[in-house]
Amino acid sequence: MAQYALVIDLNVCVGCHACAVNCKEWNTQGQFGPLSDYDPYGETPSGVWYNRVFTFEVGEFPNVEIFHIPKSCLHCQEAPCVPVCPTGASYKREEDGIVLVNYNDCIGCKLCSWNCPYGCREFDEIEKVMKKCTLCIDRIYDESLPPSQRKPACVLTCPAKARFFGDIEDPQSEAYKAIKERGGYVLFPSTGAVPSNHYLPRTEKELDLSDLEERILKPDSQLFLEVWKRIKTSKEDY
Amino acid sequence: MSIGGSFYEEKNYSTCYMCACRCGIEVYKRNGKVVYIKGNEEHPLNRGVLCAKGSAGIMKEYSPARLRKPLLRVGPRGSGQFKEIEWEEALNIAVEWIDSARRKNPAKVAFFTGRDQMQAINGWFAQQIGTINWAAHGGFCSVNVAAAGLMSTGYSFWEFGDPDFENTRYLMMIGVAEDHASNPFKLGIQELKRKGGKLVFVNPVRWSYGAIADEWIPIKPGTDGAFVLSLAYVLFKYNLIDWEFLKERTNATWLVINKRGTSEDGLFYRDAEGNPLVYDKVSRSFKPAKLIVPEGLNPAFTGEFETPEGFKVRPAFDIFAERLIQDYEPTKVEKITGIPAKDIERIAKEIGTIAFFNPVELPLEWTDVWGRKHKTIRGRPVSFHIMRGVASHTNGFQTARAVFLLEMLLGCIDTPGGHLAKPPYPKHIEDFPKPIKIRSLKDLKYDKPLHGSLLGIPQNPDDLLVDKEGNPLRIDKAYSWEFPIAVHGCIHNVIPCAYKKDPYPIEVLIIYMANMAWNSSQDIPYIIKALTAKDSAGNYLIPKIITVDAFYSEQVAYSDLVLPDATYLEQWFALSLLDRPPSVADGPVDALRQPVVEPPEGFDVKPWGDVMIELGTRLNLPGFIKEDGSRKYRDFKDFLVNWQPKPGVGVLAGWRGEKGDKHFIGEPNPDQLNMYVKNRGFFYYRLPEHMRYNRHINRDYLEWAKAVGFVKRTDPIIMNFYLESLQTFRLAGLGLWKGENQPPEDPLIRDRLVKYMDPLPFWYPPFEEDISGDQYPFYAFTVRPQWMYHSWDSQNAWLRQISTRNYLYMNPNTAEKLGIKHLDWVWVESRIGRIKCQVFLTQATEPSCVWTWNAIGKMSGTWGLEETAQESQLGFLLNHIIPYNFRTGSREFFYCDPVTGHFAWFDLKVKIYKAEDQKASAEPRYSVKPLPHIEKRRGKILRYKP
Repeated sequence: MAQYALVIDLNVCVGCHACAVNCKEWNTQGQFGPLSDYDPYGETPSGVWYNRVFTFEVGEFPNVEIFHIPKSCLHCQEAPCVPVCPTGASYKREEDGIVLVNYNDCIGCKLCSWNCPYGCREFDEIEKVMKKCTLCIDRIYDESLPPSQRKPACVLTCPAKARFFGDIEDPQSEAYKAIKERGGYVLFPSTGAVPSNHYLPRTEKELDLSDLEERILKPDSQLFLEVWKRIKTSKEDY
Repeated sequence: MSIGGSFYEEKNYSTCYMCACRCGIEVYKRNGKVVYIKGNEEHPLNRGVLCAKGSAGIMKEYSPARLRKPLLRVGPRGSGQFKEIEWEEALNIAVEWIDSARRKNPAKVAFFTGRDQMQAINGWFAQQIGTINWAAHGGFCSVNVAAAGLMSTGYSFWEFGDPDFENTRYLMMIGVAEDHASNPFKLGIQELKRKGGKLVFVNPVRWSYGAIADEWIPIKPGTDGAFVLSLAYVLFKYNLIDWEFLKERTNATWLVINKRGTSEDGLFYRDAEGNPLVYDKVSRSFKPAKLIVPEGLNPAFTGEFETPEGFKVRPAFDIFAERLIQDYEPTKVEKITGIPAKDIERIAKEIGTIAFFNPVELPLEWTDVWGRKHKTIRGRPVSFHIMRGVASHTNGFQTARAVFLLEMLLGCIDTPGGHLAKPPYPKHIEDFPKPIKIRSLKDLKYDKPLHGSLLGIPQNPDDLLVDKEGNPLRIDKAYSWEFPIAVHGCIHNVIPCAYKKDPYPIEVLIIYMANMAWNSSQDIPYIIKALTAKDSAGNYLIPKIITVDAFYSEQVAYSDLVLPDATYLEQWFALSLLDRPPSVADGPVDALRQPVVEPPEGFDVKPWGDVMIELGTRLNLPGFIKEDGSRKYRDFKDFLVNWQPKPGVGVLAGWRGEKGDKHFIGEPNPDQLNMYVKNRGFFYYRLPEHMRYNRHINRDYLEWAKAVGFVKRTDPIIMNFYLESLQTFRLAGLGLWKGENQPPEDPLIRDRLVKYMDPLPFWYPPFEEDISGDQYPFYAFTVRPQWMYHSWDSQNAWLRQISTRNYLYMNPNTAEKLGIKHLDWVWVESRIGRIKCQVFLTQATEPSCVWTWNAIGKMSGTWGLEETAQESQLGFLLNHIIPYNFRTGSREFFYCDPVTGHFAWFDLKVKIYKAEDQKASAEPRYSVKPLPHIEKRRGKILRYKP
């Protein structure tokens, strides 16, 4: 059975929020929109965002790292938001594993958001229904779009190409390969929810010069020594 | 539930304007409204991706801050009291004000533009008015880097050049947070990292690209020049230098005259024909440098030689080598920069080994300008990228120069894997225009347009814009003895100068797309005083202010006449090769911006382009009027097609000629804009592969570039390792310049020229070190958030949810020593004033500095925000306490780089102490009355779904 998901490469994510804003733009006009904003020009603007970027700082100066973690519904395989829904509005699709909310059946009781261990549900205070990432289901199945564009908006827009989309059960998919090749992991596996979205770890490039230092890198530039000696023997300033 | 199906009825291609990046966009419409904006997949610059700003473009259309009609001030300046007037009245007023000022003297009209993308056209408009007082915003942006690059290598960074991300293996970013090249840079960095390259981030703050850097170098602010020169020291010591590159492509071996106390000292030694000479070690004789390649000379890099005329000369490199050894040994530089000497040495070795032991060799045959055929193109896969952190200090020009010299030492300039130029660059350095020459304001005449560039690069003191006594002729003092190489003008000086009537009073100040009353000026209390001060008769000291903007900004609130602009989705516009185009390293690109929607109902706004045509025509400016006296251009769209600054050259280079079959040069094509529309909004000529590198000496490239008008000749573009032109200003400071312009007798001016106009880069402490001293121990500066950079012109409903307010970011160790805790309210005090703001502790900050986001703090009542908005209540502007000037003895100087006049706002030094009153409220507070229609338009709920 297919399980569509996002794979996010933290090795190249610069935390620019492009994915979050383009998601908001797409989905606010899309079939699962709008994404309401409250107090947009006032004291405490807020709103519905299917995708948010969280920033963490790890370590102490100067050995400190900054991680930007974009987070949207992880489309869990054992989605805790589904069984708690009293009306069946919250459901997981058989064919592709996408977790959706049927707004017609949602009574806005918020049980699903209480039970989501990852805090990935977004309540629309105006419509009084629960909303969330749909993996741009209204894009990925839109046959009027060229095949290259049948991807979630966040994937298409990401300037760092940090996001992959595909069936993580399909060994041929980009997403599957990325997880296998790069050691993809899920957030807090202990929740038992078996999230489908994966993250790729950061790697740091280090250069090893020891071999070159041994063989070639010597402080023996003739011109350097010539000028150096001249300076040492003459105090005269040019 | 059915899922999918087409979501749009109409799709248009255009160019984004949420920042300076100029990305191609696809704009989708449904029910006549914009529903979705996506990156244009075909566009060579952003290749389909789009950042947060671009994705939030829709919200610009619905911003309550939008101006609705022309405004005429009815209350005092800054009161926010305006009346809406009709365009006819607004245009008549503007024409009357401009014309009456022009009649007295065209220089009484000053026109300054912000992040404008039509500088070539706006500059031409100023020329038509006949005023020398025009510039865009480069003076406070990054002119230090632009000028150093153009003068050293014939190009620079950003729109001028990028790293060769495809081939580079090592990228060092110095002083960069976010950049003009917002999307292309992110695309490039991921490519570098995925290919196993190393990204090194030199910055006091680990943020933005620094997050994914393989190594962070937390340098002390303002010390980058010392660091870079120390890298050069190590490279030299270990012989990690591309001697062939230096010999053939730069003037490093040219001989410099050592005749102290004479007018020739420090200039190149030349033969009777004026050819600079080198010392050829093979023939042991002086030979013209232009024969280095043709005759296979072996020019000396070091040593001192006696000329037949009996004086001594040395290669430029020798002087630089001596300087490196004397001053930039890593253990010395560790004390300046805070970077351990062993790290400086290691990084230099890493750079050197990648450059020389892992070169790129592309199998491309090419021919150089000397006729040598090469089987391959070799490159040094090391690249650099620098911006405001380097530029915005009083040592910014010389620091940027140091970076360009480092690139020369490594041979990574326009070679594979290095720092590539973007056509129309590089250009011959001597061929850059000089600023137009006048000797007195009397040379400006009411009915005489100016023929010549208003901005340019002075080659010697006689190119300055000063009168016989040495006084500045421009209102912003650009090209004066205070900062001679003010390549982009000095927009930041205009309001103080106009207020003090120094060097003279002006009558009309026109501001387009710049927030000079707020985040684009410094010492805001002073600026507001200048904007509101009156003489004894009750007239404003700056008599008339006209502002062109689409939104209710602080600048609008302090204006007399406001001409409401359209948004980028509502107007014809061109991203021209005459300006800063969206070119890529592989070839020139220019692009169209087209109206995809009408302004909202009831909004009577006009694009500035159309207004400019209307003003020019009504003012009878020659460029706008045909010989028979009738108007030349119907509107800006017509202008974009038919304006030709030179025969065959127009705003857009693609599909010229009557049939649209000519590119670059050709007659205007009446159908040109439609052809851009059909071709997805842009024109791109991808250079053949063998013309993409070594363009300074690539014969085929230069011949092509000459044919399309990018360069004037096909001689090699020799890079300025040694900047001889600066020495002429130094000689002037020493009283040894023989030309007509002489600096004032004042030793403060003369010593400044002698010290800072050094033809070779050096590091000196930012001026504020001396001025503020230990009393103000911390550097304070701003960083640009990626989701706001250049996009703060509407306080976008979506973007403001990401950062509604700013904090003062500080290292926890620093805070502990000061007795400050996370989220405490503190006073930040500089030598001119103090602000109250809230602290946020972060380990990702070098302990000798503090920082905040740029331009998040707003004046209450502006930008369509409610009075309780956090931007004005909790957010703050660092600009309030950044000095615009300093005094030495009896003399006042603008707080600018002494070479270029670049506003040095990152030099700010402060002390910080806990506020007695921990009330959550930023200080100082300014407020202005919002416009009535804005208050009505502001909703409590936003549910945008066409």
